[in-house]
Amino acid sequence: MTRPILRPTPLATSIERRLFLRQSLSVGALALLTGCDISDNDQVQRILRFMSRWNDRAQAFLFQRDALAPTYAESEVVRDFRYNAYFPVADVPKLSAADYRLELSGLIEDKRPWSVEQLHALPQESQITRHICIEGWSMIGKWSGARLGDFLKRVGADLSARYVGFQCADGYYGSIDMATAMHPQTIMAFTFADQTLPAKFGYPFKVRIPTKLGFKNPKWVTTMFVTNRFPGGFWEERGYNWFSGS
Amino acid sequence: MSAAAGEPMPARRVQLHPLSRRIMHWVNALAILVMIGSGWRIYDQYPALPIDFGFPYYLTLGGDLSASEALTNEDGLSNALAWHFGAMWVLVLNILAYLIIGFASGHFRRDFLPITPRAFLRDFVAALRFRLEHRLGEYNAVQKLLYWGVLGAILLTILSGLSIWKPVQLQELTWLFGGYEFARVVHFFGMAAIVSFLVVHVALTILVPSTLVAMILGRASGTPHAPARDRR
Repeated sequence: MTRPILRPTPLATSIERRLFLRQSLSVGALALLTGCDISDNDQVQRILRFMSRWNDRAQAFLFQRDALAPTYAESEVVRDFRYNAYFPVADVPKLSAADYRLELSGLIEDKRPWSVEQLHALPQESQITRHICIEGWSMIGKWSGARLGDFLKRVGADLSARYVGFQCADGYYGSIDMATAMHPQTIMAFTFADQTLPAKFGYPFKVRIPTKLGFKNPKWVTTMFVTNRFPGGFWEERGYNWFSGS
Repeated sequence: MSAAAGEPMPARRVQLHPLSRRIMHWVNALAILVMIGSGWRIYDQYPALPIDFGFPYYLTLGGDLSASEALTNEDGLSNALAWHFGAMWVLVLNILAYLIIGFASGHFRRDFLPITPRAFLRDFVAALRFRLEHRLGEYNAVQKLLYWGVLGAILLTILSGLSIWKPVQLQELTWLFGGYEFARVVHFFGMAAIVSFLVVHVALTILVPSTLVAMILGRASGTPHAPARDRR
């Protein structure tokens, strides 16, 4: 193969030197920027939020209604499961079965509140799945409860609506897409490791969603609602991705 | 196509990079830097390796630490994740374009092949003795293998990253990487391989700056560079 023979001009050498200098300067500037506050710039934040919304759509597209999260053997269940919330374990809401009522609102026909007793009477099933935290850690746990999809059908929720939202006794709030809410492994978990769900894990129930990251699994749920208006969520307002599917 | 060892070297050599390659190179450089910087911040939140090691905060990407602590009660993880999952699209689309153009145009075949074990051994020994001269416009066997290597490392890191991002929807891929936890380790070492390449890549660029000129202006020429040791 022949290559074109080009003659360098004397100018090229000096440009070469100058460019190299300028280039190394901008590499330094870049290194400085990455270590510094480029993330906190308004324009950068707008771009990052735009990409996060794009990722919501991409993840909704990737989500398969019938794809089940991998399940594990009883022997793989972590015994000392991690407590995780944005406040210390001493401050967890301690709800009593006598006073608790699950309120329903939004696009739901039958909005009568549910007591713990009524909730526990729902048909239940178990799952041993991996809880994956957005921080990177993961633990295999065993949860049992009622399918959220069945519950939504039962109370006459508008299943063509886009979102299911939750409000929790600790001030936490969040929302998920309807497709995930109807997923067969999305359950209202009443037990953890075959025991009634302890206060620190969300008594009377947590919504266990093995197709989403841990923070999308609300605990101490007191209100559930169905809506077409984007409800956002606690961590989402702090910059985390809304869909956060796994 | 290449001058055999011992043959007199031509006086002038030329390195050419078409515009598409230069754009893809710099887009890739930026995307990789963002991925590494934000990835390091994400790693620090919950290290994948069972050793006491973390990246210094000032080397990571994810915004001001105290602001994050006040706003989200953590070390800027949300920002780092936003960067990571934003830049990944740029990285992946760019790499795909690079692979398609590289194979279709014959760039890979022409410039990155062939690599014979013999040529590799010869060039590798020469490199260790600082006697491997850089001929503009032509890659030596060590260089060729390094480019394939870093391309492989980037692909491995992308795939293991996808398996961490979607351990349910892409669970077959996650399984291939030994499950969620092990995929994180693979992802880490993929990054480590890319960073190792970058150290060598940037060091050699500083030794032979005309390669940088070629990657910016599209063309550079010069007399063959003598081995680093002999230039002193």
